[in-house]
Amino acid sequence: MTTATGPTLVPFDDVLAAYDPALGLEVHVELNTATKMFCGCPAAFGGEPNTHVCPTCLGLPGAMPVVNGKAVESAIRIGLALNCEIAEWCRFARKNYFYPDMPKNFQTSQYDEPICFDGWLDVEVEGETFRVEIERAHMEEDTGKSLHVGGATGRIHGADHSLVDYNRAGIPLIEIVTRPIVGAGAKAPAVARAYVSQLRDLIVALGVSEARMDQGNLRADVNLSLAPKGSGVLGTRTETKNVNSFRSVERAVRYEMQRHAGVLQAGGSILQETRHWHEDTGVTTSGREKSDAEDYRYFPEPDLVPVAPSREWVEELRGTLPENPLARRARLQADWGFTDLEMRDAVAAGVLGLIEETVAAGAAPQAARKWWLSELGRRANDAGVDVADLGVTPTQVAAVQALVDAGTVNDKLARQVFDGLLAGEGTPEEIVAARGLAVVSDDGALGAAVDAAIAANPDVADKIRDGKVQAAGALIGAVMKEMKGQADAARVRELVLEKLT
Amino acid sequence: MPEITRDEVAHLATLARIDLDDAELDRLAPQLSVILESVASISEVSGADVPPTSHPLPLTNVFRDDVVEPSLTAEQALSGAPAQEQQRFSVPRILGDEQ
Repeated sequence: MTTATGPTLVPFDDVLAAYDPALGLEVHVELNTATKMFCGCPAAFGGEPNTHVCPTCLGLPGAMPVVNGKAVESAIRIGLALNCEIAEWCRFARKNYFYPDMPKNFQTSQYDEPICFDGWLDVEVEGETFRVEIERAHMEEDTGKSLHVGGATGRIHGADHSLVDYNRAGIPLIEIVTRPIVGAGAKAPAVARAYVSQLRDLIVALGVSEARMDQGNLRADVNLSLAPKGSGVLGTRTETKNVNSFRSVERAVRYEMQRHAGVLQAGGSILQETRHWHEDTGVTTSGREKSDAEDYRYFPEPDLVPVAPSREWVEELRGTLPENPLARRARLQADWGFTDLEMRDAVAAGVLGLIEETVAAGAAPQAARKWWLSELGRRANDAGVDVADLGVTPTQVAAVQALVDAGTVNDKLARQVFDGLLAGEGTPEEIVAARGLAVVSDDGALGAAVDAAIAANPDVADKIRDGKVQAAGALIGAVMKEMKGQADAARVRELVLEKLT
Repeated sequence: MPEITRDEVAHLATLARIDLDDAELDRLAPQLSVILESVASISEVSGADVPPTSHPLPLTNVFRDDVVEPSLTAEQALSGAPAQEQQRFSVPRILGDEQ
């Protein structure tokens, strides 16, 4: 697992000078149907181990699957939103493999007849639009969860045996596969991130999944290869599995580009394999060698009849699609009055939906933008999580901003309110009260502090008396420091000027 | 005429986790070839008007409503398990990686 020396990483700019990257993304979306793909067991997250199971999802002899119609509907809506063709007729297939997370020893999936195919999604990166072509989106089922026992770290390696919970086995999944994305060059990591982020926005707008990456509702596998610059060919790819945040998608692409270049420049060749992403160290390590498709011995699932969506049904579902993401972005920008740059930053940070919800909860658009992009964005970055998973909700942000608007706290004190929110200390109002964060604008307390500041800084006071009003800043600063940032700065300024002019 | 080689049988046996020794491969490969040939003879009687068929019934779109039905209890689910621990199925050490 660990080696004495890590792989050679070529500096990113040197990678770009010598190679063209090609990306491919496979995203698994866990649907939010009430029941599993092929049985009536609940598809809810969690639950006591092995309580959301039945003979069908346990693969017991004689049990027969029946397709969840709602899952087919969600699959078609996802396909339509991705500008895909919808198959007139398609079948499920058995993907045979031996691994205890699938009790049947096969996964019911689709092989050469996906329900959705030949689509595209336009993603925007730094003002440039990249068309990501969608090869297919097909229906399949999730696997169980394994707990590895006896190893030092809970990992599979060195484990003595494993314990399996099949609650997740059989939950409907839609796997969305892109065609190779070429021509992104230096923007390849950002394009990968933007694709997953905008795909998630689309899934949320469709309402077909909780789409939480931290809970595994949305999981990305990142394929990457390098080819000699200008050669126009595709190099050998690696597939990095289960990259579970937007930030990690970007980091994983960048890391693999640098690692591939290191191998290639040393005269080596890339092994076609799966790799594991390590969130903590930001590196990938070797998984298994990729087997050829025929090794899964796919064959049509005999227990399920074909799916043949009528064109009437497809058109009816097309009518339920949400607003096109690019049109939505244009509308929001107009509503909010953001500049192109502000909008671009908000899109890049993946906070459009968060700003929208914060505005809906009563905050001004610019205030919502400021909190999500600066203060909360910085905290998410420090914590290494996506800002949506930080633990602060749009409603809370709007409540904090309402306190700022009311003059109860200033921006600086508001940051301490966020500290309290993240520590689970209650509502913003409760935190202000409990932590004593309210701004002091009472003249009695402020006047005393101003007098003390004047006495401690006689030379500054003289300058103001001589008409240099701009020197008041030093006294205001002294008062703010004395009052731990909780003074009403505007009132302090008035008091300073009243006393000295 | 379809024919399956000894190597192909060995490969399939590996994929299906069936442990065949050399003598078994020698004996089974020719037998499987005969079976394939027999099945292939069916294609001789089917005309161009017979489409390849994976499902014998002319049915499509058999869907279930998305309504929760009772699941088994954990005790019932685990009742046939050779080994269990922490309300989970205990399985031998896993070699190799997740698919």
